[in-house]
Amino acid sequence: MIEALISMLLVFMIIAATIALEMTDLLSAVISIGAVGIVVSICFLLVGAPDIASTQLVVEVLTIVILIRATIRHDLVTIDGDREFFGLTVTIALLLVFFIFGLKAFWNLPEFGVPAISEFPDAASNHYLLKGFEETGSRNILAAIIFDYRGVDTFAQLCALFAGIWGAFAIMRVQSKKKKKKEDLYHDKK
Amino acid sequence: MIYTLCFILFVIGLYGVVCKKNIVKIILGFLIMEYSINLFLILLGWRKQGFVPVVENLAGVENLVAQSVDPLPQAMVLISIILGLGILSLMVSIAIRLYQRYGTFDITEMNKLKN
Repeated sequence: MIEALISMLLVFMIIAATIALEMTDLLSAVISIGAVGIVVSICFLLVGAPDIASTQLVVEVLTIVILIRATIRHDLVTIDGDREFFGLTVTIALLLVFFIFGLKAFWNLPEFGVPAISEFPDAASNHYLLKGFEETGSRNILAAIIFDYRGVDTFAQLCALFAGIWGAFAIMRVQSKKKKKKEDLYHDKK
Repeated sequence: MIYTLCFILFVIGLYGVVCKKNIVKIILGFLIMEYSINLFLILLGWRKQGFVPVVENLAGVENLVAQSVDPLPQAMVLISIILGLGILSLMVSIAIRLYQRYGTFDITEMNKLKN
């Protein structure tokens, strides 16, 4: 039942992604990507990950806001057409080869619905599930992993997030007038 | 079957990154790849008739090990989604700066070393 539902949602996502990439109007493309993100959130809800689903929903709204900020004023310039024909053909052929060889990797995976932790009793996840409540006192095992067992990991990843936002801020910063004047003086002297 | 559909979504995102001229379309392709990978990792940990890894009291722990979905990929993906937002803001700010410099989103026009 859930397999069929998720397959249908994935087909919907593939169609929406294709529309987003092929639409000439940038605002429509951004709205289509919003549809993909919200369907991803529904999929997370169906496979037993409500924490991820709520996070994905919030992040999706912020993503649409940021992307609309990028496109809303520059919407008049539409660029249609791809790169030159020969290069495009070669690229699509290489993508098909990548797809066919990539499919071979999926043969070794466990069947859908049977996670690897059920075959290996001493996997890390089983330890977290068995001892997490006793050792950390957290009722949600997910919170126990993020903040206790792998807290240093979380700290490092949040540092990376901070660095990314800092970089965006540094790029978007408007240069102050005072500094500009000084630079002009320098160039005049030269 | 479901993994294959996820992989098709990934390849569509890769096509957008490699073949598109508009820089916003490249960002959208990157986002599609990110969604497909996150979804794939969560789907790997799903168990048939499984439930959310939340425990009520000590008596339910034994039941949890036999029935719960895998919590480890969820913990990884949760941070990965938030990191994706930071990366997106960085990419969008670079795109806006390039537009201010060149007056277009077309990457084939951005081949001059102006100023």
